[in-house]
Amino acid sequence: MRLMMGNEACVEGAIAAGMRFFAGYPITPSTEVAEKASERLPEVGGKFIQMEDEIAGMAACIGGSIAGQKSMTATSGPGFSLKMENIGYAAMAEIPCVIINVMRSGPSTGLPTSPSQADVMQARWGTHGDHPTIALAPSSVREAYDVTIRAFNLAEKYRMPVMVLMDEIIGHLREGVDLPEKPEVEILDRKNPDCDPADFRAYEVPEGDIVPLMPGFGDGYRYNITGLIHDDTGFPTNSNIVAGKLCERLMKKIEDNADDIAQYEITDAENCDVLVLTYGGTARTVTAARKAAPDSGFRMGMFRCVTIWPFPEEALRACVRDNNIKHVIVAELNYGQIALEAERILKNDAKVWHIGKIDGDILYPNEILNKISEVIKHG
Amino acid sequence: MADSVMASDLVKKSFRVNKFPHIWCPGCGHGILMRAVAQAIENKGFDPDKVCIVSGIGCSSRAAGYMNFNTLHTTHGRAIAFATGIKLARPELHVIVITGDGDAAAIGGNHFIHAARRNIGITTIVFNNSIYGMTGGQYSPLTPMYDLATTSPYGNIEQTFDLPRLADAAGATYVARFTSYHVREGIKLIEKALDNKGFSMVEGISQCPTYYGRKNKKGTTVQIMQWMRDSAVDIKKAREMTSEELSGKFVIGEFKNRPALEYCHGYQKIIDRIKDEKRKR
Ligand SMILES: Cc1ncc(C[n+]2csc(CCOP(=O)(O)OP(=O)(O)O)c2C)c(N)n1
Ligand code: SF4
Repeated sequence: MRLMMGNEACVEGAIAAGMRFFAGYPITPSTEVAEKASERLPEVGGKFIQMEDEIAGMAACIGGSIAGQKSMTATSGPGFSLKMENIGYAAMAEIPCVIINVMRSGPSTGLPTSPSQADVMQARWGTHGDHPTIALAPSSVREAYDVTIRAFNLAEKYRMPVMVLMDEIIGHLREGVDLPEKPEVEILDRKNPDCDPADFRAYEVPEGDIVPLMPGFGDGYRYNITGLIHDDTGFPTNSNIVAGKLCERLMKKIEDNADDIAQYEITDAENCDVLVLTYGGTARTVTAARKAAPDSGFRMGMFRCVTIWPFPEEALRACVRDNNIKHVIVAELNYGQIALEAERILKNDAKVWHIGKIDGDILYPNEILNKISEVIKHG
Repeated sequence: MADSVMASDLVKKSFRVNKFPHIWCPGCGHGILMRAVAQAIENKGFDPDKVCIVSGIGCSSRAAGYMNFNTLHTTHGRAIAFATGIKLARPELHVIVITGDGDAAAIGGNHFIHAARRNIGITTIVFNNSIYGMTGGQYSPLTPMYDLATTSPYGNIEQTFDLPRLADAAGATYVARFTSYHVREGIKLIEKALDNKGFSMVEGISQCPTYYGRKNKKGTTVQIMQWMRDSAVDIKKAREMTSEELSGKFVIGEFKNRPALEYCHGYQKIIDRIKDEKRKR
């Protein structure tokens, strides 16, 4: 049993997943991720570099992955904004990498040391153009470890940037955790080609695979990587047909595998009066409220998303339908970002309510219970 | 000629000829500079599988896609930052950045000076055509004062960077400049830049007849190159000239060759030290 904070657990998870390269720029409340990475990486023969800004941190992280190393960067609010252009590059060029974003209160410099969950829509749409997104949100220190491993696995499997949306609550929370000697899940690695380099088509998806094979620079396959629309060979083209096909393939590789990526936890949904949908650090408040609910005279269920993007919509809809739930309250530290998503998904099934905060404070269990009473009374 | 292979063999070997014709305008200097880079790599005898060409965005940055190595065409200004990741993750690779004057000195200026400061083993070749070519002729940090561009219709009132001095001050350990007229000298300078283990910067002065040349009535490509021939002074000669004699001229040649500990070597020493301490414990 070791006492550690979520930010440190992230680094341990990353190293267990095979991360050997980190490039970043310090920012509260994510700084401990960089600090821990700078200490741990050389111990395992990996590399850490503090870049001149977050744009460079993201760029170097992608470069490290192109050279064949599992790579990560970490940031918060303003730094997350700066990383956006190159996150889009990684999505377009299909470069696996992991971005830890420890969400703090915004907008702008906001309240640097206070929690929020207001970057969930930025995670989805922050970089320009239509692009796929995978984002995961842990709710405990141990889960920060597990989710970071999973983030690397998904990045390698689907060849794309994967975001871990921590919040300041989890990033700075210290808990006693037992970390396994070896990861408890299989560690996935990108597939390398073994064909004759002359026959290698860098962006062709082999039959039976989800994504193209990815050699590292220096492995003997001299290919081209670009953020421009490119054909199967990896070279730019202006063809609308190729552009349409490529963009659709990028979206579909995630859409078609949403079930594989979805991770969520449903508790006490049977016969509940109200279902509370939540994620990340706020799930801890909701859990405390759920335990106290029977004393307040009602039954409350919880749907906790670990996968935020692609949103586990089938699972949410099924949970609401199967349990004949009429009221869903979304609890999150923002102005109603996932609430919008829930409204869209449940428009024929349930009434969606929202409880949130944008003042840098967390939600408290009694506030959740009061909201439930209000919904039951007026709903 | 001292070149180890004939030009046509070099083209077949070092370029992706099936990607030609290239996108550059007739008379553009970027092709000449690209060939100089390829010739220098060839002369060094590097294994092409171990050579990475990293570029940003701009006409100049399109060179990467034509070159038969590991090629990475990145985002505007960020080539050196991507290259830093590649080099540190795999130090045995020869990492070469091809970038434009806008790409390297405006949007990418911060990465440029910090890579120089770290002395990381990246060879940066700046294709300086004094203008933003790709976006149609806006002024760049290397557009001479009072010159015209689409965004300086009344003349540019900003000072220019002196890239060799900037790179030198920031900590680059090899610094040189040549022009698209002085290709033979340029090849030699790039070879020496590739020999340097740390951060090298070679500025290649290029011509953009389409925008910079036309806007500023510089004449045909041939006339621009004659101007390069007549205005460039080798640094050795320049050291003996007065500032009056140098007025209207610019200096080319090797500005600095002062090797120092390369960043990845420095990092490896840390890894080795930690391993050592662990073993002793
Ligand atoms: C973030 C961003 N800003 C602006 C642009 C538009 N843009 C593309 S190339 C370029 C200038 C390129 O000039 P330079 O680097 O000097 O290269 P040249 O085309 O002259 O060779 C600009 C401003 C872009 N692609 N990305
Ligand atoms: S616009 Fe200028 S820099 Fe671009 S290809 Fe044409 S001549 Fe070359």
